[in-house]
Amino acid sequence: MQLTNRSKVVVQREMNWIEKLYLPAVFSGMAITIKHLFRKKATVKYPEVQREFAPVYRGMHVLKRDELGRENCTACGLCAVACPAEAITIDAAERKKGEENLYREEKYAAKYEINMLRCIYCGLCEEACPKDAIYLTDRIVPSEYTRGSFVFGKDVLVEKVDERIDVSKRKKEYSIVNNPGK
Amino acid sequence: MAKVTIDGRTIEVADGTTILQAARMIGPDVAPPTMCYYSKLKTSGGYCRTCLVEVSKGSEKDPRPMPKLVASCRTTVMDGMEVKNNTSEKVGDARKGVVEFLLLNHPLDCPVCDQAGECHLQDLSYEHGSAKTRTDFERRTFDKIDIGPYVQLHMNRCILCYRCVKTADQVTDGRVHGVINRGDHAEISTYIEKAIDNDFSGNVIDVCPVGALTDKTFRFKSRVWFTKPVNAHRNCEKCSGKVVLWYKGEDVLRVTGRKDQWGEVEEFICNTCRFEKKQTNDWTIEGPRQVSRHSVISANHYEVFKKPRELTINTIKPLESGEGNK
Repeated sequence: MQLTNRSKVVVQREMNWIEKLYLPAVFSGMAITIKHLFRKKATVKYPEVQREFAPVYRGMHVLKRDELGRENCTACGLCAVACPAEAITIDAAERKKGEENLYREEKYAAKYEINMLRCIYCGLCEEACPKDAIYLTDRIVPSEYTRGSFVFGKDVLVEKVDERIDVSKRKKEYSIVNNPGK
Repeated sequence: MAKVTIDGRTIEVADGTTILQAARMIGPDVAPPTMCYYSKLKTSGGYCRTCLVEVSKGSEKDPRPMPKLVASCRTTVMDGMEVKNNTSEKVGDARKGVVEFLLLNHPLDCPVCDQAGECHLQDLSYEHGSAKTRTDFERRTFDKIDIGPYVQLHMNRCILCYRCVKTADQVTDGRVHGVINRGDHAEISTYIEKAIDNDFSGNVIDVCPVGALTDKTFRFKSRVWFTKPVNAHRNCEKCSGKVVLWYKGEDVLRVTGRKDQWGEVEEFICNTCRFEKKQTNDWTIEGPRQVSRHSVISANHYEVFKKPRELTINTIKPLESGEGNK
């Protein structure tokens, strides 16, 4: 019984003398190889050359600061409760007098840890955040030697005051979702 | 006895019952929301206008509808009365307006507020409020007042429901706090900023529908949805000793009274139970508290999780003859 008519009957016939030389087959094979030498390469030389990321790429998280350099995060816990992998742990603390230039609101995250091995990079934390504090960036999570060092704390996650991380592409995406009329 | 129909459901109640109480007897799907009414406190209710309902038929003798929406917590039922709550468009509009008024001066600092997750105003505005504000004015703010080591007062969040004042009047002896000033300037305060120091003063935390009065010993310790509520009791000379312990890991972060389905405490508890007994061995644990699965408190709690039974060849038995017919 046949399902399609595409099957071919294989015949093992004896080759003629030109075929026995193998040279035409060798040359046609070499022609294909040499043609590929002049084509555009499919690979890039990472890390010297880096590919452009899609604006929706979700990589390593960043905890943002506002224009005055104060941390946006107020430890409200919405990211942690939204996280389907339960990768986020937060401990809150009360802002003391004299720390007004460090934290934007009277409560702040004393501990903010993301277990990068648990994280599935779904971006729900970013969606849940009411304070514009957490964003997923196009940075690749660095490799580490031990499991414990994949638990990233505030020292890694919070952006440095002098090295801001640009999240404007993701912000634009966000505003379109929220203002469908505009 | 009076027969009253609320949203098409009829119930017979004793004379003198309010519409709100009758609606609560029928069930939570017809009961109007309340912010100031508290069934355990006398003379509470009548301030917030959240429980407005439409009376489409006054009574059997006088079937004319009432001209305006009425506050169901203060209006008693009449025989043959017909009331529309969720089925009335007018009530929906009015409630939206009430929420807008309540939020006029409310700071909406829910990410910082300790009440978030169990806040009645949060639930109310989620259900009836609009996502945008129409006012350009600055929100009313007050200077911070320290009212003692146990209770944290955030006057900016207060919606002036007067529940705490009535608690202080009726549950504790010798009231030391109340509402001062009038109108837009009215605020909850203690006279001469005196600390509240009597045995039942902690109950103002439980009755507060918003985050204006919160537990200072629980301040910023954890969000409500990361804690696990457990029923417990102890022998206490001052109160019934029946409480809820809010655990995070091994630690009791907070002790509160047990709240019923209307968000009202079943029994008021004393300050010793609330603030000083925060060790597991002070209490007799009764078991985990049932939390509605629609509540954020039940998020990431796996009480009903059942481990699936492993099926191996040996545990699968053929049906005995006749068993399938039973």
